[in-house]
Amino acid sequence: MLFKTLINHPADWMQGSGPHSEIVMTSRVRLARNLRGFPFPGYSQEHQRLELVQLARPCVDALPEMKDGYSEDYAKLSKTRKQVMVERHLVSREHAARANGCAVAVDRKQNLSIMINEEDHFRIQGIRPGLNLRSAWQLVDKVDTELEGALPYAYDEKLGYLTACPTNLGTGMRASVMLHLPALALTDQINPVIKAVGKIGLAVRGLYGEGTEALGNLFQISNQHTLGEKEGEIISQIEKVIERVINSETNARQKLVEDNPNMLQDQVGRAYAILRHAHILASKEALNLLSLLRLGADLDLISNCDRSLLDMLLLEIQPAHLQLRAGKDLSPEERDLRRAEITRTRLHSLAGPSNVSNNQPPPEAPTSDLPDE
Amino acid sequence: MKCDVCESEATVFLTQIINGQMTTVNLCDACSQAKGVTDEMGFGLAEAFLNQPTPTNDVTEGVCEACGFTAAQLKKIGRMGCPECYSAFRDGLDGLLKAMHKGTRHVGKTPSKITQSRHVQGNINHLREELANAVRDERYEDAARLKNEIDRMLNPTPDAV
Ligand SMILES: [Zn+2]
Ligand SMILES: [Zn+2]
Repeated sequence: MLFKTLINHPADWMQGSGPHSEIVMTSRVRLARNLRGFPFPGYSQEHQRLELVQLARPCVDALPEMKDGYSEDYAKLSKTRKQVMVERHLVSREHAARANGCAVAVDRKQNLSIMINEEDHFRIQGIRPGLNLRSAWQLVDKVDTELEGALPYAYDEKLGYLTACPTNLGTGMRASVMLHLPALALTDQINPVIKAVGKIGLAVRGLYGEGTEALGNLFQISNQHTLGEKEGEIISQIEKVIERVINSETNARQKLVEDNPNMLQDQVGRAYAILRHAHILASKEALNLLSLLRLGADLDLISNCDRSLLDMLLLEIQPAHLQLRAGKDLSPEERDLRRAEITRTRLHSLAGPSNVSNNQPPPEAPTSDLPDE
Repeated sequence: MKCDVCESEATVFLTQIINGQMTTVNLCDACSQAKGVTDEMGFGLAEAFLNQPTPTNDVTEGVCEACGFTAAQLKKIGRMGCPECYSAFRDGLDGLLKAMHKGTRHVGKTPSKITQSRHVQGNINHLREELANAVRDERYEDAARLKNEIDRMLNPTPDAV
């Protein structure tokens, strides 16, 4: 598959919806795997990395999951193209910064990506919409088992899968969930929630933070421990925590509607107006306004708003996506112009916000999303 | 919340247990990148190394025969050179792993090429040995943990996954 074909299609996770997709954007699971007899990428010579790519790529490309997929050597990929894949969560920032002796493979639907010679020889990643870590795990587990049949994995009975960094030893698994938490942010409750999650050994980070805040109210929660627990146990623990965070966000949204309808409507209305009419739109502003618009759509203040339209737009306005579309490098000022233009176009047919009071109360009662326990 | 390093607003929040003590670290994006805390990575190897008293001289003097990686390099960059390094630098590794993880023994997925029974049996024998040592040394917390691990292996709960 051509790069263009891959990127012109929205990823499966942008279109589909999954459990709790009004709050959970994506669930990702990635496995770190290495081969016996090769030094780790960070401590290898270029010829060793090339040799590994030569050995591994045919096996990766032959995976049934990779049929009609995209596969490329990094020597042949421009900086912008690699950056586009970073923005799509298909490769890591670290991997994109590398050049010779690296490769990537992505399945047709962009559910699965395999990085060769990242920090480890293989990083196998599955990504699903909504809260769906188990389905992401099943995908990478299957692919991992297939690869293991073809390649000599570095595995130790006591330490599990051997990884370049001991923080990944054991399962080599990092499971992460991306959450959209605008109501917790608007009601100043985000920090206690983050602190509580941190206390139980999970890592929380803002997705697009650039030193000041979590832009777009997007947060990522992932496990820190990989050794001494089973994959399923790690996933269960994250799921439990995520369900509590979802509950807090749902309650905060409900409370906003009940206690602060004017403020809510004002915020959503302003977001709508600016996004629909701005001609210069900086990245930070766009992310934060799109977050409010998404909240408005979730609360039915904006009717008939397809969430996947907003999720897709969120990617389209990222710097590398803009540059890819323009076919050239753009200065920040040029990007702000094009970002505004594409936003106006995409939101053109979206009707403005309605009155809170004219609407039904939000569908979920505060407790309706409680997990069965 | 402020970044622990500079005064910017923190965006990365990490908690880990180091030497039995819970440490919470809040970092801003710039500092988290400077410290090598990245999106996809676990945290704190470098920190854990810095906070660990070096137990013996061989940890800073050893060398991996397979790849030539030295203990000094390991200490400096916090990553191994090749899979064999884990044998070469096995001494002192347990303490480090204890600070980073829930346990020091892998209980997750096993490559199907390794026969399951041998794997489990070997592990259980080894665990029993460690349990006996722990009881002898009156390390009851370790003993309890090991006993749990043995129980778990003998009665594997079917994983929902
Ligand atoms: Zn800082
Ligand atoms: Zn080595």
